[in-house]
Amino acid sequence: MIKTFGEQGFPGRLIAVEGVDGSGKSTQIYLLKRWLEIQGCKVHLSDWSSSQLVKNATSKGKKRTLLTPTTFSLIHATDFADRYERQVVPLLRAGYLVLCDRYIFTAYARDVVRGCPPDWVRGLYSFAALPDLTFFFKARLETSVNRTLANRPSLKYFEAGMDMNLSTDIEESFRIYQGRLLEQYLAMTMEFGFTEIPADQSVEPQQALMRRLVTDKISLKKFI
Amino acid sequence: MAAQEPSTRKKKSRERFAHPEVAIPTATRKSFYGHGIPGVKLEELAGKLIVIEGADGSGRSTQINRLVKWLEATGHATVQVGLKRSTLVSEELAAAQEGNILSRTTLSLFYATDFADQLVNVIIPSLRAGFIVIADRYIYTLMARDLARGADMDWLRNLYDIALVPDAVIYLKVSPQTLVQRNFAKNPELDYWESGMDLGLSRDMFDSFLRYQSILIDQFRDLQKVYNFRIVNADRPVEPIQNMLRKWIDTVLTRG
Repeated sequence: MIKTFGEQGFPGRLIAVEGVDGSGKSTQIYLLKRWLEIQGCKVHLSDWSSSQLVKNATSKGKKRTLLTPTTFSLIHATDFADRYERQVVPLLRAGYLVLCDRYIFTAYARDVVRGCPPDWVRGLYSFAALPDLTFFFKARLETSVNRTLANRPSLKYFEAGMDMNLSTDIEESFRIYQGRLLEQYLAMTMEFGFTEIPADQSVEPQQALMRRLVTDKISLKKFI
Repeated sequence: MAAQEPSTRKKKSRERFAHPEVAIPTATRKSFYGHGIPGVKLEELAGKLIVIEGADGSGRSTQINRLVKWLEATGHATVQVGLKRSTLVSEELAAAQEGNILSRTTLSLFYATDFADQLVNVIIPSLRAGFIVIADRYIYTLMARDLARGADMDWLRNLYDIALVPDAVIYLKVSPQTLVQRNFAKNPELDYWESGMDLGLSRDMFDSFLRYQSILIDQFRDLQKVYNFRIVNADRPVEPIQNMLRKWIDTVLTRG
């Protein structure tokens, strides 16, 4: 079993947020970051899919719809490894609080839904330690789907799972795809000990709960 | 040069075109090393996959060019693949190597992506179409390089168990001393990566090259135990090696 950063003796701690699109996790992790910053903590927020080099290849692959489940999986693993080795690990060695908007569980869910064997995907990411705290934003499918559709002018091809031929209608495809991702997250909740945040409610109570849980689990004064 | 007797010339050209038969390769069931690629029907892969492994300067390209010529002359359609040739990431990989900006796991996964892209988009479709695919290096070089840099064997085996088991794998083994000489015969400089300079084995490039290449040979020897490929002593001239390769590939094409 893979250990957490704390268990591996890192001075830093990693907090991840996971959940389907529109579950509100990015808003919440941003607010958490602001709070920690204002308290004077050493904190860094890392986004999923952000390294420039890999971004070029990914967008090329996505544009040309060249990606198959295996290459989709590998290119995201490459991107993750880049951020992990160059950013996450050094910051954690330096005693930072690292906040991750999505972590390896996003890959587990997406790749498995696309037909990659679960143990192959897990093996791929086995170089990465587990977060010290993983929040799972659990919202009803309708809530998250409607939030996304309301906020976005148009859905992107892969975001809507169009590569899986679930439906020719992009919104319908998005709905089916998000439903399958949600199933994967629910199945992982027990295994990885996700901390659930009821994500159907408004912003403030979620943030209040998150801050309380972070304070309980992590001794924040060490990060000032 | 003395002119040939017309009758002899006619006879020769008659002989040359006398037997235009083309040997039909025997279909053999393919397999993946492990998980493989989702959705591929192995029984549809009628072609053959031949892998030539070896360091730069081992004579890989020369041998492959001659093999392709021979295969085409005997009526087989061929396709060539190699490392860093994918449409998806080859440019990015080259850029990353230039700047030496990627750390190890990242570089390793980047190469795996490049490999997977060619496996899915070139190798498998070509095999389905009944082509003979000649791979100028395969997962073994990638694994040997990563192992030399401290990668975990179990992690690598899982990563590359998406690969098809080739019908034949030949490793052209050349001593580091011969490699140095062949490199300098072509190019007055040693390559940064082929010298393993990122490993910090020595600040002296010549020394680093020799040490790195001998580490790779050791890694190949270990990989051979797992993946069971044929090691050919390639310190020898081109011709005898080519004849050996042809003989072996011929049996691979016709065996049931």
